[in-house]
Amino acid sequence: MPHTESDIAAMLKTVGAKHLDDLIAHVPANLRASAAINLERGRTEADVVREISALAARNTGASGFASFLGAGYYRHYVPAAVRAVLARAEFATSYTPYQAEASQGTTQAIFEFQTLITQLTAMEVANASMYDGASAAAEAVLMARRMMPRRPIVALSRALWPDYRATIRTYLSALEGIEIVELPFDGATGATDLSALDRIADNRLLCVVTGYPNALGIIEPLGAIAQVTHRAGAVAISATAEGLALGLLRAPGELGVDIAVGEGQSFGLPLQFGGPGVGFMAARLTHIRQMPGRLVGQTRDRDGRRAFCLTLSTREQHIRRERATSNICTNHSLCALAVTVYLSLMGRVGLRELAERNVELAHQAAAVLEAAGIRRRFSGPFFNEFALKLANPSAALEAAERRQILAGVTLGIDYSELSDALLVSVTEMNHGDEFTRLAAAIAEVQ
Amino acid sequence: MASARIIGPAAVPEAASTPRRIEPVAGVPLIFELSSAGRRATDLPPRAPGERRGAEIIGAELCREDLPGFPELSEPQVIRHFLRLSQLNFSQALQFYPLGSCTMKYNPVVNDELAALAGLAQLHPATPAHLAQGALEILARMEAALAEITGMDAVSLHPAAGAQGELTGLLMVRAYHRKRGEARRKVIIPDTSHGTNPASCTLAGFDVIVAKSNRRGYLEAAEVRRLVSDDVAAMMVTNPNTLGIFEPEIQDIAAALHDRGAMLYMDGANMNALLGVAKPGHMGADVVQLNLHKTFSTPHGGGGPGAGPVAVKKHLEPFLPHPRLRRGAAGYEFDPERPDSIGRMRSFHNNFGMIVRAYAYILALGGDGLGMASRLAILGANYLRKRLEPHFPSATGEPSMHECVLSHDLEKRADVSTLEIAKRLLDFGIHPPTIYFPLVVHGALMIEPTETESKEILDSFVDAMERIYAEALNDPERVKNAPQTLPVSRVDEAAAARHPILRWEKKA
Repeated sequence: MPHTESDIAAMLKTVGAKHLDDLIAHVPANLRASAAINLERGRTEADVVREISALAARNTGASGFASFLGAGYYRHYVPAAVRAVLARAEFATSYTPYQAEASQGTTQAIFEFQTLITQLTAMEVANASMYDGASAAAEAVLMARRMMPRRPIVALSRALWPDYRATIRTYLSALEGIEIVELPFDGATGATDLSALDRIADNRLLCVVTGYPNALGIIEPLGAIAQVTHRAGAVAISATAEGLALGLLRAPGELGVDIAVGEGQSFGLPLQFGGPGVGFMAARLTHIRQMPGRLVGQTRDRDGRRAFCLTLSTREQHIRRERATSNICTNHSLCALAVTVYLSLMGRVGLRELAERNVELAHQAAAVLEAAGIRRRFSGPFFNEFALKLANPSAALEAAERRQILAGVTLGIDYSELSDALLVSVTEMNHGDEFTRLAAAIAEVQ
Repeated sequence: MASARIIGPAAVPEAASTPRRIEPVAGVPLIFELSSAGRRATDLPPRAPGERRGAEIIGAELCREDLPGFPELSEPQVIRHFLRLSQLNFSQALQFYPLGSCTMKYNPVVNDELAALAGLAQLHPATPAHLAQGALEILARMEAALAEITGMDAVSLHPAAGAQGELTGLLMVRAYHRKRGEARRKVIIPDTSHGTNPASCTLAGFDVIVAKSNRRGYLEAAEVRRLVSDDVAAMMVTNPNTLGIFEPEIQDIAAALHDRGAMLYMDGANMNALLGVAKPGHMGADVVQLNLHKTFSTPHGGGGPGAGPVAVKKHLEPFLPHPRLRRGAAGYEFDPERPDSIGRMRSFHNNFGMIVRAYAYILALGGDGLGMASRLAILGANYLRKRLEPHFPSATGEPSMHECVLSHDLEKRADVSTLEIAKRLLDFGIHPPTIYFPLVVHGALMIEPTETESKEILDSFVDAMERIYAEALNDPERVKNAPQTLPVSRVDEAAAARHPILRWEKKA
């Protein structure tokens, strides 16, 4: 704080007070009397660094392990250029670009983000970002409800990420006239059971939310799901936790999806113990008025130059208050900037190559495991994550940990029927030697 | 003083007295327009001989053909592009940024370094708890610190932003009443509230009743008594309110609500006025959300990420969202069994990166330092209010806390609007205050200087405002044509909404 004692004295004099506490004398005395904050005295910067570094060092799982952890958050290389841009205080310490003339950097970057997301998803419009993939999925369901307010049934694929399903349930919990059903997955392939969807595809169906790839690692037959959904006149929603998959897989928009949401963490954001990531949401232009969140549009300044600004804000809380499409205000703008820089660096060829590399390495890993007698739990196609069928997944995790390997995430925690399954994620951060070590560790206890 | 040169009126060239004719020039091209087929910034190791490509492995029918329109650039181009864009922004680090209700205080740079420590940045959220005890301890200490600061009993760090914290809190209120067999369908909101409050109510399934603040700009307990009923679940109160006034009857309001079984939800967006001054818990709040990117100095990021922890009294603790931290036999862990929880609001735990930064801030300031931060923020707002009084009188006669809301007579005297004043401030290198809010004040200027800014900066702001006032009377066109020194002149927002162009498209 910059105030010298003489500054404070001069300022107090101007406002006609003697002491700082005179300025809060109108706050009820009983509140002031008990307001002191009983925390330690302030520390020097060096001390703070020492303290937090010591805490960081106790997170032994952050380094020194070969890691196959994924399940919705993925280990990818973050190019230094992404961090360099994010470190710019001009981006990091500005706020929501209400003053367009003083925010052309932020607004143009958001416009580029919106464009990249529409290209990635093959949709027509994308917003400026949501908090994360799960809340974006919940907002997509709410958006679908605005599109067809009278339909009650929200169908969630059971193979949609458990966190996403749980978040959708919370967001819908206060709304009346909604019924959530879960679509089972095929126990053999790991894909959403199309016949179950077929049975509920009627004029009561509001929307269907499918993971793409799903929480079991499987690349869903999204086109077929969208087709059945549309036959019922309902809204097809895809949710992608591993954004990189969209660099290779057919785009949700190509497959008939109406709202494509997902998590952008794979695109240049550190794992950071699960947040902040960034949600994205893309849709068809016809539904733009029902979309939640900020949108940046292109326009002109008084001198005819191209300029950008927040637009269509009559959908939003600060204008429409209780009739807004969402309560979202602050979103994850800086994380969206990371995604924009990352995708610009990877580019048209690089992103696809990286996605292919992930497929190649994951399939190499699956082959090495299979050679050691460890089989996949599901037969469906996968991107960079797959489930293993194990007699005792917990024992496998422990055996692997002894060998400095984080082998994956047990699916039994969220799926009682999958107590035999371990979800393994493989990215460009893994290499062949780790696959052999993983196979050896698991084989030891199976 | 160097600062006077940074934002002083000298920044505006005299030649700008009549509208400059600026020929349309290309600004920074879009990243897509810089693209050149075949150019690239990254490389991967080559495949082994005979190795199949990913697309062949999973089958071409599952794969897209291309990423049409995606940029193709070199790394230097990408860096230059985004650094050039950065230079088109105003930011707290470079400019005075007194955006009311947003608490644009300095974001200590060391905190970004700390969040980037490998042990924190490279920690996967699914890491087994015994290998992540340092991170869990940070969360536990942060929960405890926020409980102490707010005078509440329990804290969840789960929500991603203030608005999500609001929704979380309201859903907990709803769950609490339901558990007791009460439907309670209404929430009272003052006419001065932030727009997120009513929007959150709708999402939480509540109908909104609007309470009127009195002529002096605050809520009377009598008004709350008049509105509260057995159908009211809660009242949402921002304290200090959006006029920057500490709600003097807040304890009576809490009592009025509690008497009828309703709760007090306190919107903690303006917590920067209250550190060591008054604790929401002692005012009678049952639940309060905090905005770490405001009060606790995490970067605003051009619109997030923030973090919106909720703090509650004991009776609401069982309803806190998943996942909830607890101390187990072997250390910290997440509690898997909480039957009354409202559930989760997002994936994984919380915006950990923001929590680390906020924790570092709390450690650096300590209890006393936090108290001083609020006092200096209050001093700054009152100083500006006093000095600006001759031409920009306060919208209220009540004492100001950390921000002041001012009005002016330029619309009547010179047909110059608040928006035009705001745009003219940009020419002085100052980010404008929040304008036209709260809605109860005509042409409002809502100014929150924060404890970050020195007396010199505040003085130059006053100089700029005075000069604009004089200009508005003597040379209104100069104000109406602002800004003239920025990368773009006045942006046509109406045209953007009339003909939405929301993405770049390749020319056919």
